[in-house]
Amino acid sequence: MHVAPAIETRDLCKRFGDVKANDNVSLVVEQGSVHGIVGENGAGKSTLLKMLFGFYQPNSGDLIVNGEHISFSSPSEAMAAGIAMVHQHFMLVEPFTVLENIILGAEGQGLLKHAEIDAKAKLKGLEQQFGFDIPLDEPVSHLSVGQRQRVEILKALFRGAETLILDEPTAVLTPQECDQLFELVRLLKSRGKTILFVTHKLHEIMAVTDTVTVIRAGKVIVRTDTSSTSPEALAEAMVGSKISRAVTRADTSKGTPRISVQNVSAVSDHGHRALQNVSFDLFDGEVLGVAGVAGNGQTELLEILTGLRRVSEGSVSLTGNVINSANVYTDPIALRRAGVAHVAEDRLKSGVVASMSARENAILGYQRDADFSRNGLMRLAAIDQAANDYFESQDVRPRNPDLPIASFSGGNQQKLVIAREIARSPQTLIIGQPTRGVDIGAVTKIHDQITELRNAGKALLVVSADLDELMAISDRIAVLCDGKLVGIVPISEADERTIGLMMAGSPAATVDNVEQSQ
Amino acid sequence: MSGGPTKLPGILESVLIPFLNILVALFVSGLVVLALGEDPFFALGLLIEGAFGYQEAIGYTFYYATNFIFTGLAVSVAFHAGHFNIGGEGQAMLGGLGLTLAVFWLGDTAPVLSVIVAIFGAALFGAGWAFIPAWLQAYRGSHVVITTIMFNFIASALLAYLLVGPLQRPGGQMPESSDFPEGVGLMQFHELMEAVGINFEQSPLNLSFLIALIAAASVWFMLARTRFGYEMRVTGQNSDAARFAGVSVPRVTVIALMMSGALAGMMGLNELLGEQLRLIGNFTLGYGFVGIAVAFMGRNHPLGIVLAAILFGILYQGGAELAFEMPNITRDLIVVIQGLVILFAGGMPYLFRRPVAALYSRFALKGER
Amino acid sequence: MEFITDILLLSDSTLRISAPLILAALAGLCAERAGIVDIGLEGKMLAAAFGAASAAAVTGSPWIGLFAGILVSVMLALLHGYVSIHQRGNQIVSGMAINIMVAGLAPTLANAWFSLGGQTPLLDNGARFTAIDLPFAEALEDVPVVGALYSDLLSGHSLMTYLAFAMVPVIAWILYKTRFGLRLRAVGENPEAVDTAGISVTMLRYQAMVMAGVLCGMSGSALSTALGAGFIRDMSAGKGFLALAAMIFGRWKPVPTLLACLLFAFVDALQGRLQGVSFPLIGEIPVQFTIMLPYVITVVILAGFAGKMDAPRASGIPYEKDR
Repeated sequence: MHVAPAIETRDLCKRFGDVKANDNVSLVVEQGSVHGIVGENGAGKSTLLKMLFGFYQPNSGDLIVNGEHISFSSPSEAMAAGIAMVHQHFMLVEPFTVLENIILGAEGQGLLKHAEIDAKAKLKGLEQQFGFDIPLDEPVSHLSVGQRQRVEILKALFRGAETLILDEPTAVLTPQECDQLFELVRLLKSRGKTILFVTHKLHEIMAVTDTVTVIRAGKVIVRTDTSSTSPEALAEAMVGSKISRAVTRADTSKGTPRISVQNVSAVSDHGHRALQNVSFDLFDGEVLGVAGVAGNGQTELLEILTGLRRVSEGSVSLTGNVINSANVYTDPIALRRAGVAHVAEDRLKSGVVASMSARENAILGYQRDADFSRNGLMRLAAIDQAANDYFESQDVRPRNPDLPIASFSGGNQQKLVIAREIARSPQTLIIGQPTRGVDIGAVTKIHDQITELRNAGKALLVVSADLDELMAISDRIAVLCDGKLVGIVPISEADERTIGLMMAGSPAATVDNVEQSQ
Repeated sequence: MSGGPTKLPGILESVLIPFLNILVALFVSGLVVLALGEDPFFALGLLIEGAFGYQEAIGYTFYYATNFIFTGLAVSVAFHAGHFNIGGEGQAMLGGLGLTLAVFWLGDTAPVLSVIVAIFGAALFGAGWAFIPAWLQAYRGSHVVITTIMFNFIASALLAYLLVGPLQRPGGQMPESSDFPEGVGLMQFHELMEAVGINFEQSPLNLSFLIALIAAASVWFMLARTRFGYEMRVTGQNSDAARFAGVSVPRVTVIALMMSGALAGMMGLNELLGEQLRLIGNFTLGYGFVGIAVAFMGRNHPLGIVLAAILFGILYQGGAELAFEMPNITRDLIVVIQGLVILFAGGMPYLFRRPVAALYSRFALKGER
Repeated sequence: MEFITDILLLSDSTLRISAPLILAALAGLCAERAGIVDIGLEGKMLAAAFGAASAAAVTGSPWIGLFAGILVSVMLALLHGYVSIHQRGNQIVSGMAINIMVAGLAPTLANAWFSLGGQTPLLDNGARFTAIDLPFAEALEDVPVVGALYSDLLSGHSLMTYLAFAMVPVIAWILYKTRFGLRLRAVGENPEAVDTAGISVTMLRYQAMVMAGVLCGMSGSALSTALGAGFIRDMSAGKGFLALAAMIFGRWKPVPTLLACLLFAFVDALQGRLQGVSFPLIGEIPVQFTIMLPYVITVVILAGFAGKMDAPRASGIPYEKDR
């Protein structure tokens, strides 16, 4: 007897204004299977997911759950039908305990005391069944990222989810945590749960799914069994025409260090130690990639290099001159003048002012340059000229510097930011998350640009959460864990397993061929 | 922060929508008048007659508007830096004190010089009174809204103490100082007109109006043309981006709030140096709070603030006449209108944006196709 | 002996004065815990004071007064909720708008209804919440220590004072022990988490605003029908802002907030006692300076407590479903 699919969609369409985010998407997810959905950023994956769990309503098409035609008007209706979503950004209340987070919205009782007793009994069963080991009375803020993800999954199971949608679940995990997640996914499947696994990383699809659907530009391109396809075939379906890198790495010779970080420690905004005794050199003509699970000191590292945070111990030198130590501090403006440019890791948080025009954003950080202001007065014509030049040189669209920067796409915002930061031909570039929230077309261009700058002899430090990105552009990869520099691996010897172990804090000594950090 | 994806033409954005906001505020005020048992349309007629009916009325309208330009600019400068300065009252009181001290210090010997020093004294004391809340906000994170409110109460008590104590007119009973020395004061409009041979009814409108216009132009210049203005706007919109750009956020916060205090402090020029010619307790009469309404109605743009200040001048002068003619209506009604304007123009700026944007895209965009 | 009497009297007035502060601070706490900054406490308090005094003056019943005060305050709270939740407006601006509107509207209406220059008629004791003696107060009066503490200090306050103190455990219980409280605290920290859990953020925030409205209504009624005997122009005199400062000082928690309110009330009581008292060396402190005392203390306390470390994370930020 044929069992109805857990989720089936027929010709699902969703439009936003004139844009078709989903165009006749048909999908079949069989009961008890792991189904992968792959596609580039902006391909329409998240729109599809949001329709599946009731956040958006489709403009047309059918949604069939367990053989029944259904339409969700809210996430709670999807939940009632047994579909739960584990979001990329966890939906957890940090000061609350794990238990409080799990019962929120599904308390069942008016009084928390009773609700918690009931919940604990039910959770005991789930924990045994799926092998969870999470301290229920610990505040979520004390948990690691991997643990938080497990809380999210437990939360879904607690609500009786039969189908779990995992949206880019590995984006924030170390490779080892990813392996643990894959274990859990297999266990869930063996207990009869259905999993929708959404990602843009092909090796994950190959590792964990039974069937896979490829989405590009809002349309389903391929639907196949995972065993009968290959990463190459999926990649081609995902990207369309093969995008090849235009720029290759040229040989550059190591000179004297451009930036030297010596035994640096720094304290975070919350008062705890964010960097501990970190030492490394950044040379001209190289890209030094910095890897690590988010929140292990990367932000503070960017800040101490760009004048946004003072070190508490140790020193940072630029061509031999100390720029940041316990008694020396150089502000961002002086550093920019000294040829240290900074591409902020969180563009909208600090790299641009969303509500201001692109023109005004084009000089942010350089407003004190003699070109842009003199005697305290802005030089509007020069600013206008600069903005137009940046638009031209980076092909920023639409070509209208009057528009607020927020109305540009992520890729176009980032193009303008990069144009701004390289306009003064800085010798050193400190770059955080170069392609976060950037569409695929722009990613390649940005990577090429980074390589060109490197070939031209500049010194670049790139922090990224995307290990694939770092592997593609770096000469060496430094790994931070818990504020300590675990080690630096030359790209020729770097592989995901090694880097992954280091991200989890395995001391460099146990990893072969690693330059010892001082 | 965004009010929707559609970009509207400037005229709709900066004229029609604020106009609709004010219209609905006036409409609700009309309902209050109706509830008080009076005819709102008749009341409106009286109000306009009272504000423009005769030369003296016009003089008063612009005299009040002068106060509101100063306090409106004060609120808006702070707002551009991302802060809400509710301390205009207290800063104006201290500005008045600074002005008075300058006048008593130099007034007898050098009346003209004393007026110039008094102008700076008003600004300086106003800025000084804003300094502590500003510093606490910038370096201690104490909420400037609450601290400036507290400073209003403290200023009021301080002035009350001085005016029944050291500064009280010798032998006087009222909380007020002696009269300013002979010849100290700002020329009034009718005197100015007289000098060029035009007869204008006497009113308290004085040179401060001109100073207020100059202040508005300076604020515009500061915001749009100077580097500090740019850095201040960046700070107000996104303090992380300001830090990224090398701007010292605490420093900008303190300077902006002190500028704001200086502008509020200069209100005393109009009231004291232009008309009263002595320091009186609580001469600020809530004008500092009106500044909030004026700033939002003027969309925090200096030109808009001047226009909004004139509108509030009309409401004040016309409202005074109204209160005189209609026994059920007091000048408190003007305060209600103020609150409503702040609510609609400041609290719900997008109330009409969505419908207007919908209409615009239906008609205007269709026309283009 | 005189010293002890002084202390007792001072404590007695502290308790009396603290009632409206506590209620208003709890109102602010409910609102901010749900993510809405309510700087309009002052206005709601004043409106409720006016509503309660008017209704009590007309009907002669403090209970109808209390009901009217609460009603007016809840309506204003819902208005603030509408601006903050539906219009996603600036919550500080909206709160100030309500403060200013009420400062004008209350005396306007008072003048139109009672023609007393913006006040309401003086309420006689039947129309007020007057002192009530606790059971056995009389019997215990002569017992040393216990008598002083129980009969003099604790007994003999108005119902509103007892109500204010009773509301502290009630609110704490609601916030920390009930499902509703869990959700309310969650929505002030991470509204998205609440939304994806299938609970309406909008509904929760309105419910919090109603709670704030009721508490603020009680606070205003206490002002005009228990502490005072009628509505006077600007009678809230910054108490709404003091309450907000007390809530910040109390780190958004009910019991510490209560203690902060008691501190403010004590300073206020002290300022009343200091008037006309001559001190050795410095002599008599001018009355204007003692009046400043509560406001100065507030600034000092705010200065000592750096910023927003404990504030609910989403407070003041409008929730937009799709970002």
